[in-house]
Amino acid sequence: MSNPQQLRYSKEHEWLSGAEEGVSTVGITEHAANALGDVVYVQLPEVGTTVAAGETCGELESTKSVSDLYSPVDGEITEINEDVVNDPSLVNSAPFEGGWLFKVKTSGEPAELLSADEYAAFIQS
Amino acid sequence: MTDAPRRTALDATHRALGATMTDFAGWDMPLRYSSERDEHVAVRTRAGLFDLSHMGEITVTGPQAADLLDYALVGNIGGVKTGRARYTMICEKEGGILDDLIVYRLADQEYMVVANASNAQVVLDALSARAGGFDAAIRDDRDAYALLAVQGPESPGILKALTDADLDGLKYYAGLPGTVAGVEALIARTGYTGEDGFELFVRPADAVALWEALSAAGKDAGLVPCGLSCRDTLRLEAGMPLYGHELTTATTPFDAGLGRVVKFEKTSNNGDFVGRAALAAAAERAETNPPRKLVGLLAEGRRVPRAGYPVVTADGTVIGEVTSGAPSPTLGKPIAIAYVDAAYATPGTEGVHVDIRGSHEPYEVSALPFYKRQK
Repeated sequence: MSNPQQLRYSKEHEWLSGAEEGVSTVGITEHAANALGDVVYVQLPEVGTTVAAGETCGELESTKSVSDLYSPVDGEITEINEDVVNDPSLVNSAPFEGGWLFKVKTSGEPAELLSADEYAAFIQS
Repeated sequence: MTDAPRRTALDATHRALGATMTDFAGWDMPLRYSSERDEHVAVRTRAGLFDLSHMGEITVTGPQAADLLDYALVGNIGGVKTGRARYTMICEKEGGILDDLIVYRLADQEYMVVANASNAQVVLDALSARAGGFDAAIRDDRDAYALLAVQGPESPGILKALTDADLDGLKYYAGLPGTVAGVEALIARTGYTGEDGFELFVRPADAVALWEALSAAGKDAGLVPCGLSCRDTLRLEAGMPLYGHELTTATTPFDAGLGRVVKFEKTSNNGDFVGRAALAAAAERAETNPPRKLVGLLAEGRRVPRAGYPVVTADGTVIGEVTSGAPSPTLGKPIAIAYVDAAYATPGTEGVHVDIRGSHEPYEVSALPFYKRQK
């Protein structure tokens, strides 16, 4: 499994893309998707809501478990991935691409995020 | 005893296949190899291969083996013919369920009792405690067997390629000794998936060879290795109870809707068996004034009910509790088994909700099982 180099990662296993006009995309990592198993239900924050780094903003349900979804940054939700709401298996099949979860207009530089290599080391430890 | 989980004879095989492992009843077992939904669908439509070596085998032999089991268990075990198997239970004197079991009669004076991994020691202890005065011996055979299961509509064809045993003559809940892929096995037509299938009890030293032979023989038919995660959704769709969920020491077989396993008309021991009086009272209560009944629940939404979640009415009154729940791959929606007040137990009852972490999600009461295979 490889974690894309251009993304940054949280210790809660979310990824964050680089900002384009202040808006970043968020998803969960392949490592997290594999640990969950088949994702069957995704609850995402509503567009327009404010999220805070490290706080829960939704949940992911798999066959065996329920996991909270954390935002890796402070900001305001600008878009959610309706495709993944309708077909949660996208989180498993394409966690870094079609399985993205939401877009967030970031307010301030996110702290304590990991590079791809640092995240790879973190999940090995 | 150590705290480290035990590993089956197939441990290295599972790891080589990339299985996600989980601690289950003190055993390190495969949870899934790839997608649990794909594994589930494979068993429903083709075939799946399971390692169930954590199950606990106990052998009972001797002139009074049948009498001992008739006394210790709730079923009529003396009435099981050689080569046949019986689903039964072992209960406390007070009627609570200690475990559900499959008992195979291997010979006139030899039975194999298969207990859940989590309860094997409890069952062994209870059988030993109840054996006084019987001319019978109880042997802990947990380490004597590995258990592989081939389940699904393609399983007879796959197994036929590897054995001369008369599989066509082997009925559901029957077992016979045979050779599979050169390995001595007890071949049983039993399972926990709601599909046709076989369970193969073999020496642990033969487990890897048998696994590999079955994998190769089943490849073209679409057989895949399957973990405990899909085993749980398969049994849930088939309405089969799981100890620790639907069955506990706080429930009697009658509470669980399985009163048929209790046989009051036994000929041995003057009809006496452990739990008889309490179970007779439980049967009467279930008939006249049932506390709660075990039902199926079908989701209208997509959120998944889990064991322990309250079942509530529209105004939030608690009327029951979920014992098992999962997304059903076959039905395409979440399902659950729950104990609910008798007034809400009729299939089709509306206005029933499950409290899913504070959100009341609508459910419809359904008969069990959710899935029944076409024969």
